[in-house]
Order: sequence, then C-alpha cells, then structure tokens
Amino acid sequence: MSSCLCGSKCGTLHASLEQVFREEYGRIIATLIRISGSFDLAEEALQEAFTSAVSKWEHEGTPHNPGAWLTTVAHRKLLDAFRRDRTRTDKQTELAFKTSRLQPFVEPELAGEYPDDRLRLIFTCCHPSLTREAQVALTLRTLGGLTTTEIAHAFLLPEATLAQRLVRAKQKIRLAGIPYEVPSLEIIGERLSAVRAVIYLIFNEGYAASAGQSLIRNDLCAEAIRLGRVLCELLPGEPENMGLLALMLLQDSRREARVNDRGELVTLEEQDRSRWDAKEIEEGVRLVQAALSLRRVGSYQLQAAIAAVHAEAKTADDTDWRQIVALYEELLRITTSPVVALNHAAAVAMSEGCERGLSFIESAGAGGKLETYYLFHASRADLLRRLHRLPEARAAYERALSLTTNHVEQNYIRRRLEELTNAGEVGYAGPN
Amino acid sequence: MKYMLLIYHDEQGWGAITEAERQQIYADYRKLREELVSRGQFVTGSELQPIATATSVRVRDGKELVTDGPFAETHEQLGGYFLIEAKNLDEATSIAARIPSAQTGTIEVRPLVETAAEASA
Repeated sequence: MSSCLCGSKCGTLHASLEQVFREEYGRIIATLIRISGSFDLAEEALQEAFTSAVSKWEHEGTPHNPGAWLTTVAHRKLLDAFRRDRTRTDKQTELAFKTSRLQPFVEPELAGEYPDDRLRLIFTCCHPSLTREAQVALTLRTLGGLTTTEIAHAFLLPEATLAQRLVRAKQKIRLAGIPYEVPSLEIIGERLSAVRAVIYLIFNEGYAASAGQSLIRNDLCAEAIRLGRVLCELLPGEPENMGLLALMLLQDSRREARVNDRGELVTLEEQDRSRWDAKEIEEGVRLVQAALSLRRVGSYQLQAAIAAVHAEAKTADDTDWRQIVALYEELLRITTSPVVALNHAAAVAMSEGCERGLSFIESAGAGGKLETYYLFHASRADLLRRLHRLPEARAAYERALSLTTNHVEQNYIRRRLEELTNAGEVGYAGPN
Repeated sequence: MKYMLLIYHDEQGWGAITEAERQQIYADYRKLREELVSRGQFVTGSELQPIATATSVRVRDGKELVTDGPFAETHEQLGGYFLIEAKNLDEATSIAARIPSAQTGTIEVRPLVETAAEASA
C-alpha cells in the first residue's frame, strides 16, 4: 500500500498496522458484514477501528492478536452505530441481510472465536446477478482490502468510475436481496466456477495487462494468488480450486523471465529458465498432483498440468510435447473454447511439425471464430515463418499487430517483422 | 422480500403451439402456483391478454394521450406475472427458473421497494 492509513508520518507501528490491515481486512470485513447486514456500515466501522488502533497501539504496543482486537473494536463501533440509529427507522431499510442482525456483544477476550465468514463474502461478491466488472472490483475491495485508488490504478480506470461501480454493486446487493450465505448444494458448483473465473481474471489482468506500458502488473497477480489460497483454505479438497492456485503459481513462476531487461516479451522457448521461480514451481507441481489424485478432473487442473510439464523441462528442447498434446486433447473434451483449440494446434506443431500444426490452427480459426484474437494471428504467423511462407507470415503478423494495444506485445511483433525484412536470417527456433 | 417475476415470452410462438401443449403448460403453471400458495409465498399473479389489447397512456402538459399498443415493441412480450415472497434473490431466481415460460422466454426478477414498516416486520 502506497499511502499510510493514518495520513501522518510513518513509523514501524504504521508499517505493522499496514501489514495487519492487508492480512486481516477480508476476514474482519466478512464478519462485520454478517453482523451489520451492510457493506457500508461494516467498512465504516472497520475504518474507525483502524483509526483507534493507530493511536492506541502507539501507547500500549501492538496487541497479541491484532486481528481479533480490530474485530472486537469494530464490532463495538457497529453496536454504537446501531444504538444511535435505533430511533431512525428509515435507516433500517439500508440493512440488506436480515439474519443475525444485532448479535450479542462479544467480550474482547472471546474475540478469537469469531468465525471465518469469508466464504459467504466470496459468494456474494461473485454473485451472477452482478456484472463481471462489479464482481472483480468488489472482490478486490472487500476480500483483498485494496483501496478504490489501488484498484482503479491496477485496471487503468478513473477512480470515479471504479468508485461508482462499487457503489452500484453494493446498492444492488442491498436492494435486490443478494444473499450473504454459502449457496445451497444444487448451485454451489456453478457459483464456485464464477468465483474461480473472477480470481483468474484478476490474475490475467495482472499477468497480461490488456493495455498499457507494463506487461505484468505484479500486485494483481499476487492478490489473485492470495485469493486462490484463501479459496483452497476455505474449501479444502476441492480439486479445481487447487488446480486454479497451481495454474497461477506456475504461470507466475515465469514472471521474471517473461520480459527481458529492455521490457521486451520473451517467448516460452526463449526464456532463461534459471530465472523461473523454483519455489512457486515446486508448490504448483505438488498442488496439481494432489488435485489430479482426487480424480475429479477439470479445466484448471488440466491447464495447470500443462504448465507443470513446461515447468519441469530443463530446456525448451526437453519439453514433453506429446504429453502436452495429450493434455490439450483432454481439455478439448471438456471445453469447446477456440482458444484451447489454438493452443492445442501450437503444441501439435511442436510435437508433429509445423505443417500439421498449421492445419490445426486453420481449423481452430475456421468460421472466423478467432479473427479478432491477437494470439491466433501471432501463432499462425510464427508457423508460416518457420515454414518459409514469408509473405503470408508478414500479413499475419501485421494483422496481429493491429489487434493488440499492449506495447510489449506490439514491440514483439515489430521485432518479428523486422526479422522478416532481413529474410535471409529468419531463425528456426523449433523443430521443423 | 417481495419480488415481481415478469414473464416475457414470444406471443407468436405461444399462438403457434397445439391446444394439448398449451393445456400442459397451464397445468404446470397451476402446479407451481399451488405449491407457492401452500408455502405462503404466493402473493398474486396472472396471465395477461396479448399485446394487441394493450393501450398506453401518457399525460403531457396536463393533456391525456391515449394510444394503441404496448410501451415498447420488443422481441419478447410481457405475458404475465407472479408476485412472490422470497427470503432472498437466490430463492426468487430458483422460483423464476421453475416458471414454465422460462424454458422458452425470459423471466425478469425485480425486487419491490419495501417501506420501512415492512422491512422491520
């Protein structure tokens, strides 16, 4: 977090408060929302509790369990607010969740017993009656504890736009009666997919920023991974949750090698593998193995397994492309995504040659399904280049260039185009 | 909370099905309605006459304008409604999903504005 909560000069105390804030925010706010029935009242109370903490901890030192201390103080602020408002009945309509309103006051020493309410918070934030944009903003704001400014910055949006989005989302939760509870068994599977989609979207926004100078916005990746961990912690033994976390860890492990010192994109095969994060790979591989052993395969697990095969290859040439092709075939059985078909085709090119790969790419894009997809044209161009069909390669690169707004990707394509101009020096990086 | 379930369907499609099919759909509607009544969740509801019977009224500058036809020409038309009592949006949408016309049309779920007295009841 860039600015301190207290608004004054920062010392060690404030640094530790920042840390508590970041780590405990989601858990505390989830409990406060359950108690108060209102996102806004919960946010206000927690903000007040943080303000109290700044002055109190300075004199008395940081408490033994700062999260419990903050929850208790915020809970008390909520009750104060309720007492103040009791006479104003119109205020009551602002409370969205009617269950368990005005819970009995919990004494500070019992505060360690606050239950973890984050699961219901996740499901409310990712409710299908909210737009995907609202789901993302609300998840980052409440579970992630990111400020409106930080979220706006990460998504390159004006702060007012993001603030408005949050206000509307909270208003809809309140007025439409979106529940604050873990969904019933019949719908939980579907709702969980939405939760995973939101987390993975946050990760991808960070990993391959759709616009702007920097290809990777690390803070969003880190936040998505943290949310993925929370999901695994709250619903242990759910293989797709483990698959999602594994996938994010394995992709993130390549972060340092993915862009070179000049800020240029480096393809997987050209990456310096010594710069991959061994710890993230180790954890990711372990997670995907554990998930697959549960024998309820899903698309995140398969994507993670593919990433794991790449991660375990010492050099690009050591990559077990046959296994990757087989995993993509499995993936194509459960999804009909043309993007997956495209990746399958690229793997076929590596395993069985460019000619065969290209024919798979053409059929993946049949009917113009991938016409506006940057990677379709870029992958096609790469294979055409390797097959020495240079004028076609050039046209495909140019089409790809026109479809991306990301500077790093644009520069990568421009570099390839320059190489084509020096036609004699076209390199063959892969099997041909 | 009270929710209005607005039932939009393709009127022409409704007119094109056989009498036996129509009777089956009415029977499914009755079944849902009876179930909602028995659980105390049915407030009111009805099928509407086709949009050919619709009249729109506007008052502008104190002058009453009465015109033929619905508020807007849409692909699917408002054909009926249920007003139900549900504990939250998830319960309301699960009831909406069981309305026979949800199979072919669209059910719009709209919460009613509650007064303070109702909310605290």
